[in-house]
Amino acid sequence: MRFVDEFRDAEKARALSAKITSLCEPDRHYKFMEVCGGHTHTIYKHGLEDYLPENIQLVHGPGCPVCVIPMGRVDDAIHIARQPDVLMTSFGDMMRVPGSGGNFFDSNAEGTNIRMVYSPLDSLKIAKQNPDTHVVFMAIGFETTTPSTAMTVLRAAADGIENFSVFCNHVTIIPAIKAILDSPDLRLDGFIGPGHVSTVIGCRPYEFIARDYDKPVVVSGFEPLDILQSIYQLMLQLTEGRCEVENQYARVVPWQGNTVALKAIHEVMELRPYFEWRGLGFISHSAMRMKESYAEFDAERIFDMPGVRVADPKACQCGEVLKGVLKPWECKVFGTACTPETPIGTCMVSPEGACAAYYNYGRFTRTRVREVSAHEHV
Amino acid sequence: MCLGIPGEVIEVDEERPDLAKVAVSGVKRKINIGLLTDDPPVQGDWVLIHVGFALSKIDEAQAAAELDYLAGLGQSYEDELAALRDSRIE
Ligand code: SF4
Repeated sequence: MRFVDEFRDAEKARALSAKITSLCEPDRHYKFMEVCGGHTHTIYKHGLEDYLPENIQLVHGPGCPVCVIPMGRVDDAIHIARQPDVLMTSFGDMMRVPGSGGNFFDSNAEGTNIRMVYSPLDSLKIAKQNPDTHVVFMAIGFETTTPSTAMTVLRAAADGIENFSVFCNHVTIIPAIKAILDSPDLRLDGFIGPGHVSTVIGCRPYEFIARDYDKPVVVSGFEPLDILQSIYQLMLQLTEGRCEVENQYARVVPWQGNTVALKAIHEVMELRPYFEWRGLGFISHSAMRMKESYAEFDAERIFDMPGVRVADPKACQCGEVLKGVLKPWECKVFGTACTPETPIGTCMVSPEGACAAYYNYGRFTRTRVREVSAHEHV
Repeated sequence: MCLGIPGEVIEVDEERPDLAKVAVSGVKRKINIGLLTDDPPVQGDWVLIHVGFALSKIDEAQAAAELDYLAGLGQSYEDELAALRDSRIE
């Protein structure tokens, strides 16, 4: 591992690890949730759990936007893509997300034209180049990508583009955190807050977690040392009996967020009354839709869609993984029927998904070793 | 798609001040800087780019740290860079 090889970093990590350990009460258990899939990735990749005392547990949260798209929405997208003279675009991560009758690649094999793009602006460009085709951008993501979609719609409106629309699936992080806090399954001691989402929303939206739920939040960067430092700050707050929102990633995240981005979002989009999250069910006010004033860019108004709710495959336990109730390897199909090549659930699709991150890197971490030895004793 | 990629601003488009050419790991591409109108980046500044839009300004040391992190991701960063290479924002 690169991280451990780099002497200075390993040294710093050990020093932080010692500081964290010194704050642990030996007979207390601590559970911290890292909300963002990028953090999950770093934790598994660098085996960060091995730097923590046994009584600190990291729980993976719902912060992978690909992982929370329900099957019904994939089916709806494919339905739109099947309409005559429609070309659909989306981010590469979306291509392998399974719907009830296959993913976007399968759909293309049957004749649809769904293309990967890097940016929603690339979709707009495709629309400009193909005036006889209606280009639908399947928009996904948390607040890190929502402003880009909003800005693209504003651009399309300014340029008078008539053959471009957005199938909006943007989700918002705060209601998901609240749903987890209100769920009886999980007792958490604090949150490692998402880094990039917070560049847009800032740190203030997390204040209710400290105020109403008495839990500390530390918005964190993505380097291994950032995450260890954030865990240390969480432990320090608990030890000192404080519950606050702290910004460990201040070098990138301004406290007030990006106000231009927030304004663009609210110009073009509004909260939906509710939205279905894969595995988490319906969460109120947890996603965005296009405003009526931008109806001509709203694929949901332009096209009829089945809008059918499709239950996840029986074997799939993504919901439990997304809520942090199960570790990826505790799912029955993990690594056997469900792998990154043949994902059954969405957590295996995106590299930020907990199952994919664990599959790629986590096989020798502490939890796994314990799991294996537990089996051997049965 | 969730990755924030650091890029160095090479030049801001004179006719379209919401566009700038940036250099990202040897790739030169146009991106949109319209979300930074409160504090517009100028030539030589570093920005963190998400799906074609600069979301925040960062300093050079932070850019190096982010690049280091991305390099460690391997395939997912390669995929994102490949996507960026194919991107033609205007
Ligand atoms: S192993 Fe597959 S089916 Fe099971 S929780 Fe993970 S992604 Fe879902």
